[in-house]
Amino acid sequence: MSEDPRVSRAIALTWREAELLDRREYESWNALYTEEALYVIPIDPDTTDHANTLNMVYDDARMRRLRVSRLTEGYAIAAVDAARTVRTVSRFVPESVSDTGVVLRSAQILVAYKRSRHDLWAADVTHHIRLSPEGPDADRITRKVIQLINSDAPVPAAGFLL
Amino acid sequence: MTWPGELVSGDRVAGSLYTDPAIFAGELTRIFERTWVWVAHESELPGPGTFRSTHVGTQPVIVTRDRAGDLHTLVNRCRHRGASLCERQNGRANGFTCPYHAWSYGLDGTLRGVPYPTGYEGVLEKADLPLVTLRTESHGGMIFATFDPGAVPLREFLGDAAGWIDRFMLQGGGFPIKVLGRHRFTYRGNWKIQLENTTDGYHFPIVHRSWMASVDAETANMMSFMTDQDAVTHDLGNGHSVMRMVPDRSDLAVDDGTEPLPARFAPLVEDLSRTFPDDEVRRLVRSVHGTGFNLNLFPNVAMSGSFFRVLRPVAVDETVVEHIAIGPDGPPELDALNRERLRIHEHFQGPFGFGTPDDAEGWDRVQRGAQAVPDLPIMVNRGLSRESRDGEGWPTSHVTDETGMRASYRMWKQLMSDE
Ligand code: FES
Ligand SMILES: [Fe+2]
Repeated sequence: MSEDPRVSRAIALTWREAELLDRREYESWNALYTEEALYVIPIDPDTTDHANTLNMVYDDARMRRLRVSRLTEGYAIAAVDAARTVRTVSRFVPESVSDTGVVLRSAQILVAYKRSRHDLWAADVTHHIRLSPEGPDADRITRKVIQLINSDAPVPAAGFLL
Repeated sequence: MTWPGELVSGDRVAGSLYTDPAIFAGELTRIFERTWVWVAHESELPGPGTFRSTHVGTQPVIVTRDRAGDLHTLVNRCRHRGASLCERQNGRANGFTCPYHAWSYGLDGTLRGVPYPTGYEGVLEKADLPLVTLRTESHGGMIFATFDPGAVPLREFLGDAAGWIDRFMLQGGGFPIKVLGRHRFTYRGNWKIQLENTTDGYHFPIVHRSWMASVDAETANMMSFMTDQDAVTHDLGNGHSVMRMVPDRSDLAVDDGTEPLPARFAPLVEDLSRTFPDDEVRRLVRSVHGTGFNLNLFPNVAMSGSFFRVLRPVAVDETVVEHIAIGPDGPPELDALNRERLRIHEHFQGPFGFGTPDDAEGWDRVQRGAQAVPDLPIMVNRGLSRESRDGEGWPTSHVTDETGMRASYRMWKQLMSDE
């Protein structure tokens, strides 16, 4: 962990998020995001203009809520039979740090297992995290961009989230 | 081995069509290396010296536009000792130079240069070793290539599907169509499972219940074709078919003005109205959801409502699919509209969409299930007793029927059987 307690808090939040996603606790996961937050899985690794580009996921609060319903309500056969996942988030680099927020880069390695097959999903992740004066439990994600290393190649269709 | 033609009869196909590697090998040579295969949209080759790499069947190819603007499809394999020439997905180039010994080729595939040529004196005529070139023709911006120099002209192969391509392109709302981006995903199943799916109205409310639950009532209503007797599928011949889910939206040029624009597009209407006259805004916004039909072109591309679906066979039990987002190609004031199209595309399509992963799960399950009792047939008989020829002479039945699949399998049988 970092010597800087602000960075440590940001790291702790990404780990909390990672566990919620692996446990498929999507309601609690979504509660980590602010209402203005964007959750993005881009295709084009060279753009920062995600709004004007096709992405795998470009979710604002409305789409995240719909996505959580999709993943939990039991109609989506891909979600009902989703791969089980285990992920680690590491190689943290604080891009910017202030008393109100941290921008944190990291590496995420995720293994998804389904029907005798392990798929590897590797990504560079950037979290924008808002630190709360009320303490770590109230820290929130304001933006997350998951840049898969193979985002411009075919990937399996997924029933889980990165 | 049973002769493949006998594996298909009018209302059923053998389960081994999904699982037998020998049949798959036969399909590559008899179908993908013989008929017209879609390779690109013309907007992906926007000017002289542009290229896009892709595949015809399992063969890697480069589609190029030369200095004169002519299109070429070149096999991505050096004529010296076989190295691939281009590993970029797209870009601009004056030609291709092999990374291994630097033989260099023009955009039309001619061999232009060979380093240290004295070793080739009396052995090599450059004119004898151009890149293998496929015939390349296009219709309505859709570019196809074939390995068969004797294939019928593309226009003839498309037949009655050509008019539907033209109708599909009307969703530019007066502007040409351009590619906005593409999703790519794999599924662990045979390519024909996807070929069937684009003309499968029957699965929609079942597999896509999750997507239906997530869209507004207007959009969901547009897809409520299950009990609409006017929603039909036509067999257009040569394996092509068109599934008309929303028949009122078959021809976007026809607009009696009664269809209200969806309320949620009000901000978009306001935005566009700053630049475009009212009738143009209506035409554009009415086209945001695309056409009301899926045009299924045998063997590898579907023009599906508002996007292109392209399949690529990888192995008997593995297929790559691309979902290509499109939109009108015009002034930057159209960006707001194209952003809307991107978001709609992302909502359903791609590896994390609200639709695609459920389709892919269905297809994986077909591949897994079809291993059992391989002699059992796959049934494509839905609607046989209510199928009849419509005014155009096209075999036609309800949109949830398997008319389009029967069309594809008839073409499959013909290509796999004749000499
Ligand atoms: S393999 Fe291409 S130049 Fe030798
Ligand atoms: Fe589907």
